[in-house]
Amino acid sequence: MSLFAVAPALPLHAAGKYVAGAYIVFLAIVLIYVAIMATRLARTERELTELRRDVEERRRQEAEGSDPSDPSARSGRSDREREPVA
Amino acid sequence: MREGSREEQTPGTWRTAGAVLRKDLLLELRGLDTLPAMVLFAIVTFVIFHFGLNQATIAGQEAAGVLTVTLLFAAMLGINRLFVAEREQGGFDAFLLAPVDRSALLIAKATALFLFLVVLEVVAVPAFGLLLLGPSLGPRLPGLIAVLALGDVAFAVIGTLVSAIAVQTRARDLIGPIIGLPLLLPALIAVARGAGPLLAAQGSGSPPGKWVAILALYDVVFALLSYAVFDFLLED
Amino acid sequence: MMYGRGLRGLALATAFTITVAFALVFFYAPLDANQGFIQKIFYIHVPLAITALCGFVFGGVLGAIHLRTGDRKWDIRSYVAIHMALIFGVGTLFTGTIWAKASWGHWWVWSDPTLTSFLIVMLLFATYQPLRFSIEDPERQSRYASVFAIVCGAFVPLNFLAVRLAQAYVHPRVLTLTGGNLPGSMRLTLLVSMVGIALLYVTLWKYEMAAKSTRMQVRALRRLLLGEDSVAPPKRSAAPS
Repeated sequence: MSLFAVAPALPLHAAGKYVAGAYIVFLAIVLIYVAIMATRLARTERELTELRRDVEERRRQEAEGSDPSDPSARSGRSDREREPVA
Repeated sequence: MREGSREEQTPGTWRTAGAVLRKDLLLELRGLDTLPAMVLFAIVTFVIFHFGLNQATIAGQEAAGVLTVTLLFAAMLGINRLFVAEREQGGFDAFLLAPVDRSALLIAKATALFLFLVVLEVVAVPAFGLLLLGPSLGPRLPGLIAVLALGDVAFAVIGTLVSAIAVQTRARDLIGPIIGLPLLLPALIAVARGAGPLLAAQGSGSPPGKWVAILALYDVVFALLSYAVFDFLLED
Repeated sequence: MMYGRGLRGLALATAFTITVAFALVFFYAPLDANQGFIQKIFYIHVPLAITALCGFVFGGVLGAIHLRTGDRKWDIRSYVAIHMALIFGVGTLFTGTIWAKASWGHWWVWSDPTLTSFLIVMLLFATYQPLRFSIEDPERQSRYASVFAIVCGAFVPLNFLAVRLAQAYVHPRVLTLTGGNLPGSMRLTLLVSMVGIALLYVTLWKYEMAAKSTRMQVRALRRLLLGEDSVAPPKRSAAPS
């Protein structure tokens, strides 16, 4: 019993487009999901960076002791923002 | 809710369910706000179908479809109103405080909805026979009643479950139908396909067994499921 | 719980299996006698469908565990499972309509029981997010979502049974190949593809859980280190947090 089509339902060049379309849809869905996850990952990274910065800020304020709400104590923040995070 | 003999510490499930059911039926009898609306809606829908389909009479599968869909949508009206009184007047809290089995509320409400649907059909089915159905209704009635009864159980069980979910959300009237209608699709299929041969011009008196079996299976499965999960909906 | 552990190995296994599966589809599996090259869509459509359905049932099971244990992490797992299953379901619908168009010339056919059942299931689970979103209290949201997951997970097999029976005698030729007539080489290809897509589902589920868990831990860490008021109260959302 030969399973190879004698006369396929659609000529190959037309059929190929639909099959390709189906597999491309699948691929697109997976890749779109990867892109969304990449955005989320970037956001989590940013949150972690902020957290680290805020914790260091808080520690510094506690170390200085006297007046945690002293506006001059906040001037060091811009330096810390440029600190490279490994 | 402490009626009955002094030997009982707390009322049993059936007694509680009976009490809640009686309350709901009395409320409906006195207020008459849900049932007449459902009946009117069904009859108006038959008229709409007459004009929409542009046919004097319908028979067979078409008739079964129109009847089932109309009953389903009328049921949706009832479902939306099922727990509204409890929600607005603190009935849920009262029920939770009372030392009763919580499933009693499910049984009571489902039974109430089932009874509403039965009353609806007592009026709507003859109206359907009068307005739209081609073949005469009389000889087909027993088979039709059997199929519709099983369908009503399905509508009642799912309707109560969905209504209990929906009443706690913000989009109350919308959430009920959009969850309930897909869930009820197998029941709808079974009722419509079961009634189709019955309403055909040369129809026999008995519905196809396959669909009756599916309806029965659906009823049992979802009744058990609802019973199992209902408690979790009532927790505070 | 560490969801990232083993994720790399899992992802590699998934990539490998799917690659092998696609190779089998295009270089090994024979052409179908009736449908020709179009039939190749079958090898991506059916695994997507089966995985999505199992995903919904899986979500229901996780919801049941949540109700039983009261531990919120099971609700998150259930949410992610249903979310993934919805995505795979969308893939099923898309590939299914492409197959329908190629085979029958119409973008939608009622004669295929898989597609029809799928449409119903998707319509149902499409209400999952709106339902969650419309309940503001997080604990109640989780509870009601789990009830929904259980009831609708049980609904999936019943729905398939009903639709398949409803269409059994209407159209003699349907798009789905009956399992019994599948020759060995096609069966092997389908099996490998099945495993690949199932692995993909598990990988993506784990991936999503890892991302969510990480975000939650960052927030918890912030709360721990800097005090309660340093964390903005979570906005009303459909996702469990």
